[in-house]
Amino acid sequence: MALLSSEAKRLDQAAAISTSKKQTVLNTFKRDYQLWLMILPAIIVVFVFNYIPMYGIQLAFREYDFSQGITGGEWVGLKYFEQFINSHMFADLMRNTIFISLATILIGFPAPIILALLINQIKWKRAKKTLQTTVYLPHFISMVVMVGLLNVMLSPNTGIIGHLMGALGFGEVNLLASTKTFVPVYVLSDIWQHVGWNSIIYLAALSSVDPQLYDSAKMDGANRWQIIRNVELPAIVPTIIILLILNMGSIISTGFEKIFLMQNTLNLPISEVIETYVYKIGIISNQFSYAAAIGLFNTLINFTLLILMNYIAKRVSNISLW
Amino acid sequence: MHLLSRKGRSTPDLLFDIFIFVVAALAFLVVAYPLYFIVIASVSDSTLVSTGQVLLFPKGFSLFGYQEIFQDARIWTGYKNTIIYSVLGTALNLILTLPAAYVLSRTEFRARRFLMFFFVFTMFFNGGLIPTYLLIKDLNMIDTMWVFIIPFSVNVFNLIITRTFFETAIPREMYEAASIDGCSHFGFFTKVVLPLSKAVISVIGLYYLVWHWNDFFTGLIYIRDNSLQPLQLVLRDILISNQVFSEGAGSGGAAGGYAQRYADQIKYGVIIVSTLPILIIYPFIQKYFEKGVMIGSVKG
Repeated sequence: MALLSSEAKRLDQAAAISTSKKQTVLNTFKRDYQLWLMILPAIIVVFVFNYIPMYGIQLAFREYDFSQGITGGEWVGLKYFEQFINSHMFADLMRNTIFISLATILIGFPAPIILALLINQIKWKRAKKTLQTTVYLPHFISMVVMVGLLNVMLSPNTGIIGHLMGALGFGEVNLLASTKTFVPVYVLSDIWQHVGWNSIIYLAALSSVDPQLYDSAKMDGANRWQIIRNVELPAIVPTIIILLILNMGSIISTGFEKIFLMQNTLNLPISEVIETYVYKIGIISNQFSYAAAIGLFNTLINFTLLILMNYIAKRVSNISLW
Repeated sequence: MHLLSRKGRSTPDLLFDIFIFVVAALAFLVVAYPLYFIVIASVSDSTLVSTGQVLLFPKGFSLFGYQEIFQDARIWTGYKNTIIYSVLGTALNLILTLPAAYVLSRTEFRARRFLMFFFVFTMFFNGGLIPTYLLIKDLNMIDTMWVFIIPFSVNVFNLIITRTFFETAIPREMYEAASIDGCSHFGFFTKVVLPLSKAVISVIGLYYLVWHWNDFFTGLIYIRDNSLQPLQLVLRDILISNQVFSEGAGSGGAAGGYAQRYADQIKYGVIIVSTLPILIIYPFIQKYFEKGVMIGSVKG
């Protein structure tokens, strides 16, 4: 999808020829004023709720003053950043946040691709349809229901998976309350819930592969594995790269709800991440400036991962954000 | 059955097909069984379920769980709130997103590239939890129903999907023909574009609706008043904080033991009750999914 890389390049062009762009916008305003009216509400909503809070980031450098709200109060520089770095929570939070994010990406990302390749190989139409319908379904259940489901099923004494673990000889392991099992349960249940839905886009990409490629591969005597590896995978690489980059944003933000709901005192050493800590420090105990500063570390991690992914994408293929 | 016939099929191919079939069947079971289990567990005796005796069929059939659920005032309040927020919220979403996507799909619109960047940038960078919370606070939306409807009512993914649909389905010539007859952009949009866009309206309408229905975060962060809480927050209390009964039973005594026996059955039932609307709509909308995703992404 050339959408994003070309948009970024066009911004440079637009900036470079800004005078002529302005003239043209003004020129066409009379002709297009209705279009402007139609898009104005969306612009206002996005500006207010997405861009104004960006200004609020400077709150991390100020002492929060109730009377001044988001514009903050007196400047205190790096005070809260130093406080966080020196706090005993810093190392654990950074480690947990990075670890969970990476695990989600590295394990969760390939799963829909594999499923799509699998579904694509099924020749029997009714089986294919049944599998697809079933596998899309969990995507629609809410996060609360999902974690509730985990709680009842993985409970060591009363849950069906708890019983299964006992039968397999792992009776001592409490899947819900152990620091060792938190990340696997988190990542695997994530896959269970979303692998079907996420495979749709790869299936769509696979369905547009040129049949001639299949024919020529068969003529060369390729077996099914080789066809998958040499025809289908390369065909979906562009989709993979784009989704990988796009997912960077959403992985870290939706993580909060599920982690928050799965946390308990027993798995907290590994389940406390920056976002949940920010919630506790900021929303619960109202230390706004400190929480804002901590939150910026999360933004930092996200950005680093984004830049890393973009770099890898550039090296592996021609597609990237910038 | 053609699947198993060996006509024109070599052994490696047959083995491959069998392998595919086995893996697919496993995938199916891993996903379908828990869902099926929830249904049968919600009508089975709790003790039998928790000792692992309920596997394929309900045992000790009992509708007590569902009875309790329908008598719980919290569930009704939560349901009512969620329906209001979801319907109003989705309506606002569509009112904002559809026209904006239409505008962005018109190539003659000069500010198009700049505005696309304006919207897309927000997918990768945001102000963070605290600045957003303080903004909502400064706007006096804390503890009001509007915080579920107005903020973030434009989802950029959905905007892009809709825009791509308009780009391909509504060619420029169509507008030019209409404007010769004296049709304005407004008129063209309402009389021509919208009727042609039923597929994309269904898809992103569903995306928005499900998002609102499942929204747990907004109520958690911005609401303290219990009467405004959506269903997801009530669910959290029941499923995760273990406040299964509204009187707070389960804390001890004879009432405690009684409550414990049924707590699990109620939990399973509540999962079904809260997801039911989505499950009902699901089959009707399913045919649009693949189309919708294809429209929005692989193009360009």
